[in-house]
Amino acid sequence: MTTAAHTPEGWREWLNAAAPRSRAQARLGQAYQSWRGFRRNPLAIVGLCIILGLLLVAALAPVLTNQSPFAQELAERLRAPDGEHWFGMDELGRDIFTRIIYGARITLMIVVLVAIIVAPVGLIVGTTAGYFGGWFDVVLMRVTDIFLAFPRLILALAFVSALGPGIENAVIAIALTAWPPYARIARAETLTIRNADFISAARMSGASSLRILFSHVIPLCLSSVIVRVTLDMAGIILIAAGLGFLGLGAQPPSPEWGAMIASGRKFLLDQWWVATLPGLAICTVSLGFNLLGDGLRDVLDPKQQ
Amino acid sequence: MKKLLSPAFAKDSTRLVLSVALTFVGLLLVTFLIGRVVPIDPLLAAVGDRAPAEVYERVRVELGLDKPLWQQFWIYMVKVVQGDFGRSVLTSNVVLDDILRVFPATLELATLATLLGVSLGVPFGVIAAVNQGRWPDQLARVIGLLGYSVPVFWLGLMGLLLFYAKLGWVAGPGRVSVAFDDYVTPITGVILFDSAVQGEWEAFGDAFRHLILPAGVLGYFSLAYISRMTRSFMIEQLRQEYIVTARVKGLSEARVIWRHALGNVMVPLITVIALSYGNLLEGTVLTETVFAWPGLGLYITNSLLSADMNAVLGGTIMVGIVFIGINLLSDVLYRFVDPRAK
Amino acid sequence: MNAGAPLLTVEDLRVEFQTRTQLVRAVRGVSFSLGREKLGIVGESGSGKSQTGRAILRLVAPPGRVTAKKLEFDGIDLMATGEAQMRDIRGKRIAMVLQDPKFSLNPVMTVGKQIAEAYRAHASADRAAAKQRALDMLRAVKMREPERVYAAYPHELSGGMGQRAMIAMMLATEPDLLIADEPTSALDVTVQLQVLAILDDLVSQRGMGLIFISHDLNLVASFCDRVLVMYAGRVVESLRASELGQAKHSYTQGLLAALPRIDKPVKELVVLKRDPAWAGERP
Repeated sequence: MTTAAHTPEGWREWLNAAAPRSRAQARLGQAYQSWRGFRRNPLAIVGLCIILGLLLVAALAPVLTNQSPFAQELAERLRAPDGEHWFGMDELGRDIFTRIIYGARITLMIVVLVAIIVAPVGLIVGTTAGYFGGWFDVVLMRVTDIFLAFPRLILALAFVSALGPGIENAVIAIALTAWPPYARIARAETLTIRNADFISAARMSGASSLRILFSHVIPLCLSSVIVRVTLDMAGIILIAAGLGFLGLGAQPPSPEWGAMIASGRKFLLDQWWVATLPGLAICTVSLGFNLLGDGLRDVLDPKQQ
Repeated sequence: MKKLLSPAFAKDSTRLVLSVALTFVGLLLVTFLIGRVVPIDPLLAAVGDRAPAEVYERVRVELGLDKPLWQQFWIYMVKVVQGDFGRSVLTSNVVLDDILRVFPATLELATLATLLGVSLGVPFGVIAAVNQGRWPDQLARVIGLLGYSVPVFWLGLMGLLLFYAKLGWVAGPGRVSVAFDDYVTPITGVILFDSAVQGEWEAFGDAFRHLILPAGVLGYFSLAYISRMTRSFMIEQLRQEYIVTARVKGLSEARVIWRHALGNVMVPLITVIALSYGNLLEGTVLTETVFAWPGLGLYITNSLLSADMNAVLGGTIMVGIVFIGINLLSDVLYRFVDPRAK
Repeated sequence: MNAGAPLLTVEDLRVEFQTRTQLVRAVRGVSFSLGREKLGIVGESGSGKSQTGRAILRLVAPPGRVTAKKLEFDGIDLMATGEAQMRDIRGKRIAMVLQDPKFSLNPVMTVGKQIAEAYRAHASADRAAAKQRALDMLRAVKMREPERVYAAYPHELSGGMGQRAMIAMMLATEPDLLIADEPTSALDVTVQLQVLAILDDLVSQRGMGLIFISHDLNLVASFCDRVLVMYAGRVVESLRASELGQAKHSYTQGLLAALPRIDKPVKELVVLKRDPAWAGERP
């Protein structure tokens, strides 16, 4: 690197170099190109902002509101939105704004838990099936086939009904129904790179299968899995909210958005805000994930280009 | 007809039937595991926690829970194939009877929703693809993404709030008004059909006003999915060489798009429509709860809330069977629509 | 039409594509004119020969932009015609045979329907008449079983049959000018000559103009009256097919030298050496 790299133009030139001189430069250059593509998509930026907003709200919940999501003021029950209580009060006189803010933590927790269970499982199952092939592949693909042949929500419902209601069980049920598509994607990616020359080269230089899988195959499958995870987040949020709405997910008094809609349902016609506002929160967050996922797919998924 | 008799087709069909059978066994295995293995004590769910020890033991033997798991699975499979899902604790009816009674309502809802989704979603997707990057495309994108982001139960509630409570354009929850309860003699159980056949137009109108909002809500999700898929298939087809050929021939743009490109899009679209129909069955679980629609979805959720496992699993298997059936149908249709399929 | 005036005049034709990062100039000032004769356009891939053909039909896909000082067909200014009138010219007056019948025929429509459709787009004929016409055309391209081919889907035909069907489709309306864009490159060598012979026959019989686009210099020379050699979006040489040996431009000479010859075996074939000056503006 020369001194020119210390000016902004120099950095840009270094990142855009057609022939990178180190691995780090190649990787950073690639990331920079992706970021430039991503930046050109205003909707994706909106999505990114929504998700960053969600993270901030979840982290700063006690700063954003000085009330407790569980504090009841029965005298004020079903109070309409006004300057003091922006989103009004629910049937137990709890501040809906505060509950929605704290609900962001629950939503975020569900999404993160499902993602860290499902993505590695799908990656490992898919890449091993694709890499080794044979009966192993047939069996694994058959299993994912069977899971894919069911409507996801209904299967999750059946799991929850067997496990018992509750947020942990909801997460387990969603994860159990969500992994097969990841295995599919990872397998398809693996099949296309399995016979690539650089894999043969690695094999000939004595790399073990495990090493090839972890240092070559999985990293290459990662970007499509990340895209899929982002696009899937909205679906996960919707299923979790659906379980909450049916009373099978988070239990009261937890400020889970789906459960909040369910409790507001009784007052829908006269106190519209109780059911409407948590629903808007769900919409906003899932829309954010969808916009972000769409944008990521455009820059990360080479098949789309 | 020639196609049906060819050996390649026969071989393919065998493979198809085998794969369907395997999926079905998988469905049973999963529901079996959910019913017998996942709960800590499946018996407790069946007899309740206050049953005396003798009852507990008797039911244990009755259900075959003293046998090894694989034998239990075999018994379970035989029973299900015979249509025996056991009795519902909640309704104390045979589960199969319950399911057959409530299923037409769900069928009616999902079918109308799919019709709405296809008849609006396909043209919408085509227009978006033709105007790629311009405002109709952006509009379609936003409508599609919203469809992927809105909770179906919430949209149903908002629909009720706006179109029923505020505007009064549609009827409220339920399948018919009280005045029309048991008014139409059931033939198929699909009220729109039954009332039309019997010339009961008043009942038809009432049923339609009840049906249109839940079907519209579900149809929106179908529209979101179908229009997005149509758009991406269409964009791919419009890049093909045969489209250039059609333009070289001097055909009108309308003919190039709606006949040539869409003709090719119809082939993969069949699978998409089947998938969306399956997804709607899933959507009905939540929609029926919101609209108090007496279908399979409401039956499943009611059973869930009272931990009525026989009914839940029966309903799950039923949805699974319909799902498999639709996929099979789309596979077969695909072979007939696509001249390249052997 | 006026016997003296050329059928097609192209003057300073340019086709440009604005991509995200740069402006790609596919065709850079091509000029030629054509009577009722066979004109070959030769060039390597990316030389702009196909885009020249598509520009004449005004079928350059967006984001491509076409400009020309003059693009005149039989007295009609093609740059100024509206889209509706252009559709009237396409297929009826100017037709085009594309490279690979595997991709250029609609896979879910029978071959017969596609031919009949081309005919009915311009002639006021009923279904039966259009079918008759399609069968006649299939016979004209020497199909042995026209009825069977009529009812067949494209994937049921071999490449050679597919391309003959394509020719039948494009000639059904008796156009004045046919553009053939690499019509035989996707075919087996053995069928290439057969398809070419049929094309040659029909074009000569009907006294049409033909623009034959190919990368195969020998083929073009043996088949056409005149040859344009394109390189990097411009015409570097224009000469009579019979005078190919007297080519002056070093690119054409290079191409000719790269051909293996049976009468003068060499140890190693010459590799074409490109001169950046060929792509630059000519003095």
